[in-house]
Amino acid sequence: MSQGAAAEPRARIERLYRSESRRVLATLIRVLGDFDLAEEALQDAFTAALAQWPRDGLPANPRAWLVSTGRFKAIDRLRRRARFDAALGELAARLDDQAPDPAGQDDQLLEDDRLRLIFTCCHPALSPDAQVAMTLREVCGLTTEEVAHGFLTGPPTVAQRIVRAKAKIRAAGIPYAVPPPAELADRLEIVLQVVYLVFTQGYGPASGDAVVRPDLADEAIRLGRLVAELLPEPEALGLLALLLLQDSRRAARATAEGELILLADQDRSRWDRARIAEGAALLRRAISSGEVGPYTLQAAIAAAHAEAPTAQATDWDRIVGLYDLLVRADPSPVVELNRAVAVAMRDGPAAGLALIDALLAAGQLGGYHLAHAARADLLRRLGRPDDARAAYTRALGLTRQGPERRFLERRLRELGRG
Amino acid sequence: MRYLCLVYADEATLNALPQPEVDALIDETLATNQALAESGQLVLAEALEQVEAATTVRVRNRRLSATDGPFAETREQLGGFVLIEARDLNEAIQIAGRLPSARLGSVEVRPVIDLQRERSGP
Repeated sequence: MSQGAAAEPRARIERLYRSESRRVLATLIRVLGDFDLAEEALQDAFTAALAQWPRDGLPANPRAWLVSTGRFKAIDRLRRRARFDAALGELAARLDDQAPDPAGQDDQLLEDDRLRLIFTCCHPALSPDAQVAMTLREVCGLTTEEVAHGFLTGPPTVAQRIVRAKAKIRAAGIPYAVPPPAELADRLEIVLQVVYLVFTQGYGPASGDAVVRPDLADEAIRLGRLVAELLPEPEALGLLALLLLQDSRRAARATAEGELILLADQDRSRWDRARIAEGAALLRRAISSGEVGPYTLQAAIAAAHAEAPTAQATDWDRIVGLYDLLVRADPSPVVELNRAVAVAMRDGPAAGLALIDALLAAGQLGGYHLAHAARADLLRRLGRPDDARAAYTRALGLTRQGPERRFLERRLRELGRG
Repeated sequence: MRYLCLVYADEATLNALPQPEVDALIDETLATNQALAESGQLVLAEALEQVEAATTVRVRNRRLSATDGPFAETREQLGGFVLIEARDLNEAIQIAGRLPSARLGSVEVRPVIDLQRERSGP
């Protein structure tokens, strides 16, 4: 029994809710075999805690207490509903005599429950939208409103995605399981994609008026930490390193008025040194494993920027070399475009422009605003203002995000009229 | 659980295959079915006649209509099915991935419902 519990029990229970509710939920889903039942049980367990703990003091193992209480409450609920549906009575009876008391189970099993929850929410049989919504809702504990706000959609849309995903999990028999070693790499890739998608939505929203939506970026980092801690595979470490290194620039990325500041113009004293150090250490761990995947390579590129004391001191030769590896590991026109920009920094704008023009001629990047913006910048540096103006105008026509639009408009004004 | 794996392939592509490749595909399919039967994961597997042989049956306003052709006009046609017994969707997906047809076309995995259990009341 803890003395502190009597002093400010409510605040302590609220803190416990924040730190423990997702773990307790993850275990309750396994024990009860159903997401909705587990969520109700979680709420019941905390309601019971609010009633009992201030009176009796905190139990020795609050997490185990919450799981046991949640399970009993769920069996109770099923028994009450069994009056209308006999099958629920059978289920309640089965839960009652089958499940061993979860409170007595070992820590590894309980830790694995969190991984089970992550892999179930990120199951390939769910749509990418549903994977993200389920992960933010169930693993991170965001409300439906918060998820909707982060993705600029209505709460009913998010709620419907979650209801459908749970129905699919039930009907299709998606298991609550960590994939076996043979399937782990492919399945982890989906989990990492979801984490990165949440981060990019927070860090560089595709539309809207903010440069950074910090809640989602923080949530993605928390999630990335959880995955890297539970499953320290090289790419999980590489992704977390990438998120931390990119996020280290958060405070320097925009003016007080919310205008975008390019990497070269950022005040490097405002970069978060603690994040850079942590990201660099994770990067070293990821690289030391010997397998270097796309996230680790991107993290290495971000580290090369983070470690340059000034924009002029950037080691562009190293960055081009890393892009060469990335083009091989994860070929895509966008990666080729980024490589072309790095080549322009190393060998001059004409070399970069030739590469971008070749990419555009290949026909895959015509609708991508950053391809035209990068091209415009190189034309500007080559002293071709008319061509630069045309390219900025193309880019502007393809850009929906407020700060990016204003940045391009500023560049157009600087070029003046032709 | 039981899962129905619906095998879709582009018949034009299949018809264009040279006979030795068709034979190899059939041998591989029979061997896969045999292996699934031995591991207790096969309930039933059949190949289907080509889509020209399909008839779609509907009943509307108590009148039965039978029309020529498959339900949906797509590039890939339903070419067969494998009814399997799997622990869960993960196992079903692994089995579907072992079917040679998964390479040539696509395999739709559909959970089978237990109609008895779906009925309300006895």
